This record gives sequence, structure tokens and C-alpha cells, in this order.
Amino acid sequence: MTRIAVVVFPGSNCEYDAANAVSDLGATPSFVWHSADSLGDVDGVILPGGFAHGDYLRPGALARFSPVMDAVRGFANEGGPVLGICNGFQVLTEAGLLPGALQKNRGLTFLCQPTTLVVASTSSVLTRQATVGQRLSVPINHFSGSYTCDDATYESMVANDQIVLRYEENPNGSRDNIAGVSNVGGNVVGLMPHPERAMSTLLGSADGRVLLGSFVGLSADALV
Amino acid sequence: MASSLNRVNYSVTVDVTLRAGIADPEGATIERALPALGFSGIANVRAGKSFRMTVEADSEADALAKATSLAQRLLSNPVMEDSVARLSEGN
Repeated sequence: MTRIAVVVFPGSNCEYDAANAVSDLGATPSFVWHSADSLGDVDGVILPGGFAHGDYLRPGALARFSPVMDAVRGFANEGGPVLGICNGFQVLTEAGLLPGALQKNRGLTFLCQPTTLVVASTSSVLTRQATVGQRLSVPINHFSGSYTCDDATYESMVANDQIVLRYEENPNGSRDNIAGVSNVGGNVVGLMPHPERAMSTLLGSADGRVLLGSFVGLSADALV
Repeated sequence: MASSLNRVNYSVTVDVTLRAGIADPEGATIERALPALGFSGIANVRAGKSFRMTVEADSEADALAKATSLAQRLLSNPVMEDSVARLSEGN
């Protein structure tokens, strides 16, 4: 049974959605409070959405110093699968585990809407069961989701196949329509859209299942 | 205490602004509003943050060094922001 730690910061608010999605895919979630110094015996880690530490200063700026982040960094450096969703993505960039940064949306408005994503790479733990060019309907829900990085970082990300997902239509001003990126190894991934909110056609889309199913390591055949 | 004889409190300000080349939608929005308010001849508006603090240090240079380190590690994200520490008025 795949075990997934879901890290909970003060101000996280998508941890139950993430845990439910993981359970729905046949894996076992466990919550880990941000002050813990260990993740426990797990096969993967999710940093969920929300407003860790109130998003004070900058989203993710204070969460990066939470004690649990040392364990997340150690797990990531050993090749363990780490996924940051929305605020979790912001935390991973602030922690330096992913390149670039997320700045305020181009239009200075909070965006809460469905988006169409296009899979750009299948080298990451989030997309290994998807196909390049596959279009997925997954909602966004953020104020600071405009992905930015300098030219040298961008070129190295392209060269290393680190751009994982792009928006079909750019909602927030992200560079090159980037919605999600990975580290060089592909085991650490962050994305602004919420795949855990796209788990059932009854609620609008089940396209998040191929992403989270990839992450928890189920075969694509199990994703019905 | 002899060891702290030279330690003085310095008022320090750290300014954080988006790096050149990084889009600044807040600054741009403010700039677009200026004509409607009757302001003309104002360009290149950049929005940012300012942090004020009291730093106990041995010298002005020491105070600025401490504040600069804080600015680079926490107050700014160097991927998209520049930071400058300076002594505030009144030191």
C-alpha cells in the first residue's frame, strides 16, 4: 500500500481534499504537522494548498522555515516523490527545491476558475502516466500564481525537460504559460492548479486522477 | 558589561522591490491611475515593501551587514526581488 504524507501548516486548507484524493486512488494518507521533524515511513509527500503562515511576507516565505521542511528536503534529495499543489508549489520554490518563483497574477485579481492544462513532459512523478500534449481540465484558485524566472533558469529548465504542465490559455501572466515544473530529477513537482479538486466527473472533471494516480504510483489501468 | 560597551541600537530600513525585468502589475496599475488624479510627468512607478527595524550592532557597517543578510534570506525572494538595507533617519 502506498503511503503519502500530507504536510499541514498553520493556514493550510486543502489537506483534506488532498488526503481524500489519495485515499480515492487506493493509497493511504497521513497528516504531518509542520513542526514535526520527521515525515514518518512514507512513499511520497504532498504539500497542500492554502495560506501557510497566513501567506505573510510572501506565500511560502515563512513556511520554508517550518521544522518539517528539513525532512521534506532530505526526502527530496534522496529521490523521494514530493508534490506541491498551489501554496505547496509556492513553498517549494521559496525553499529552493524548485526553480523560479510565483508572483502576483498579472491582473491583480484572485482567480478561481477551470483551466485547460497541456501536458508538456512525462518525465515527472506527476505526469509519468500521462501523454505529452494531453489536455486536462483542472481548476486554479490563487492570487500569486504567475510563474517567473530569469532567462538562464528558463533555458536550463527547457533543456532538462522540467516544464511539466502549461496552461492552454494563460490566466495569470505566467512565463511561457507555465502551470507546473519539476526539479532536474523529476521527483519534485509543483503546480498551481488543483488536481485534487478534479477527481470526479460529478464535480466537473476527473482529469486530476491521471496526475495524482501517477504520483501515488498506481497503474493507469486502475484509474477508472 | 565590557563586552557590550560598543553595542548600539541602529534604526535600519530595508526596501524590497521587484527586480528589473520582472513584471510589476501593482506599479503599472498605480501609474495608469495617475492621469485621472491630475498627476502628470510621473513614470516608472514600482511598488515594493519597506521594513523598519532596530538592530543592535557594534557599528553602522555591522548593523547594515546584519540587515542585508536578513533581507536576502527572508525579507526578499532574490529570484524576483532586490533588497537594499540603509540606515534610517534619526540614528
